[in-house]
Amino acid sequence: MTAPLLDVRDLRTEFHTRAGVLRAVNGVSFTLARGEILGLVGESGSGKSVTGFSLLGLVDPPGRIAGGSISFEGQELVGLPPARLRELRGKRIAMIFQDPAATLNPVLTVGAQMALAVQAHGGGGDRAARDLAARSLARVGIPDAVTRLDAYPHEFSGGMRQRVAIAIALLHQPDLIVADEPTTALDVSIQAQILAEMKALARENGTALVWISHDLATVSSLADRVLVMYAGRIVESGPVAQVLRAPLHPYTRGLLDSLPAMGRPGEMLAQIPGSTPSLLSLPPGCPFAPRCPRADAACAQDPPVVGTEGRMALCHHPLT
Amino acid sequence: MTAILAAEGVTRRFAPRVTLGDRIAAALGARVDRRAVQAVTDVSLAVTRGETLGLVGESGCGKSTLGRMLAGILPPSEGRVLLDGAPPMRAGHKTTTRIQTVFQDPFASLNPRQRIGEAIAEGPVSHGLVTRAAAPKLAADWLARVGLDPAYAQRFPHQFSGGQRQRVAIARALAMQPEVLVCDEPVASLDVSIQAQVLNLFLELHRALGLTCLFISHDLAVVRHVSDRVAVMYLGRIVEIGEAATVYAAPRHPYTRGLLASVPKLSLDGAAVEFQPIRGELPSPLSPPAGCAFHPRCPAATDVCRAQRPALSPRADGTLVACHHA
Repeated sequence: MTAPLLDVRDLRTEFHTRAGVLRAVNGVSFTLARGEILGLVGESGSGKSVTGFSLLGLVDPPGRIAGGSISFEGQELVGLPPARLRELRGKRIAMIFQDPAATLNPVLTVGAQMALAVQAHGGGGDRAARDLAARSLARVGIPDAVTRLDAYPHEFSGGMRQRVAIAIALLHQPDLIVADEPTTALDVSIQAQILAEMKALARENGTALVWISHDLATVSSLADRVLVMYAGRIVESGPVAQVLRAPLHPYTRGLLDSLPAMGRPGEMLAQIPGSTPSLLSLPPGCPFAPRCPRADAACAQDPPVVGTEGRMALCHHPLT
Repeated sequence: MTAILAAEGVTRRFAPRVTLGDRIAAALGARVDRRAVQAVTDVSLAVTRGETLGLVGESGCGKSTLGRMLAGILPPSEGRVLLDGAPPMRAGHKTTTRIQTVFQDPFASLNPRQRIGEAIAEGPVSHGLVTRAAAPKLAADWLARVGLDPAYAQRFPHQFSGGQRQRVAIARALAMQPEVLVCDEPVASLDVSIQAQVLNLFLELHRALGLTCLFISHDLAVVRHVSDRVAVMYLGRIVEIGEAATVYAAPRHPYTRGLLASVPKLSLDGAAVEFQPIRGELPSPLSPPAGCAFHPRCPAATDVCRAQRPALSPRADGTLVACHHA
């Protein structure tokens, strides 16, 4: 077996707030092979986005990576000097965010900001940069790419703007793209277009993808493997079909059963009682225990890892 | 089956406000774009007493605008809205308490400085449904009814989570004893596990109180779950309306079909999921396409679609479809 592209071990990211230390990512470990699509699923506050940001070294104070290791092609990213990180970011590792309007510069034409991204990594002269930008726009399905280079972000629709963001991420043909809820703000018909294109692009270029989403259905239609996060930890992971068909963790089961698509119209949905715990004052033991139908006294202790690295859950009482 | 709430040929235009800058520019001879956006065009529909009518469509299709007109909080530019035969608003003001609304963002619809108990009882007290003395009891009862601790009446909105706030918004609307509840994306901002809780609450109260509901959402699975009938909107018009089971099982309009095919499905058998997305984008409502508004994106479009707008016409099973080729 070849070495993974990305190897994350016991990652811990904390935010130091006035109210105390918030452990947003609390011991996350996973690997990602070259060309693999990994879905990272969880509800708000589960730590999925902070995990993604940590991978690119984009956690700003009061947050910091408090421990663990992120190894990208054997190179340790935690503690890497900012200048070295900048060399990787945008070139070898790219990120796509939920809101493209917030990531594109409103006063620069799309072509100008794409050229900046090209030249930041030594992409040659203006002519070459513009050609590369146009090719990249065309690849993500923007019609009339050469003319559109001279348009400003506000002249694009939401879906087209997200395509521009994806085109920027693809400029240097990175080995890894971290996408944080990239289709959440889009309408379903546009989301379907982007999902279809992302899937094809990742396959064509052999780009590995970390797809962060709250939507199990989106992940199931895109990813090879899925990680389910709850309260800063990965509570379950494995091949998408296995995890969805036969979840081991009661939280994953509960999430699936909460989906209207899984219920019969007009009938009560199986709901998870309560709400997600505050990460500021996590009690010891399993963080899901207060909401879990299978919880008992044992759950006051930290849950053990069951299964193997390829198909695991963090639970005292896994479903079988 | 009697209609309790009906729209008759309602149209709503939003004209851009003319600013001082525009007037100066116009005085200097510049062309100022004053085209109005037609958010809803000539929509007629009836909501039957006791049913839940789902209203789906993508952003900008006019579903919220139509919902606000039906709720009696936005006057139509043309046509009329009737609640039991009488308009729910007069001279730009809502004149009935029989329709209440629940919005997407409960934080925006609750006064941050007002205690939750007061927020719930405020409407019923000022409309004389209960006395001021009975207000705390009313608030406590409704909090319990939506699954919250009655002691929370003393709390402020920021002390609640998103799901709890949406419960408060539901309690607040229902405390007015409405017959019709208009819900505009009530679960769109909630996490999946919380969304299920609020949907269950909605189903339970709908049945217990015999409410009539208009349920607006972009989420097709959510609408399928709660609705008896469903109306699909595209660019300001209804393109298909019928029994939810029929529309979802056998969508007639190419847009409905494309929309349903675009929804990511849980692939439990591990089979690769292939998307057949609708091509193209929503046209600008400032300059809607001639003929059928969907024709530039439609795989079945022919010359007649480019020239002539299809009317919403009934099919054998009662579904109404606006398509030349369905």
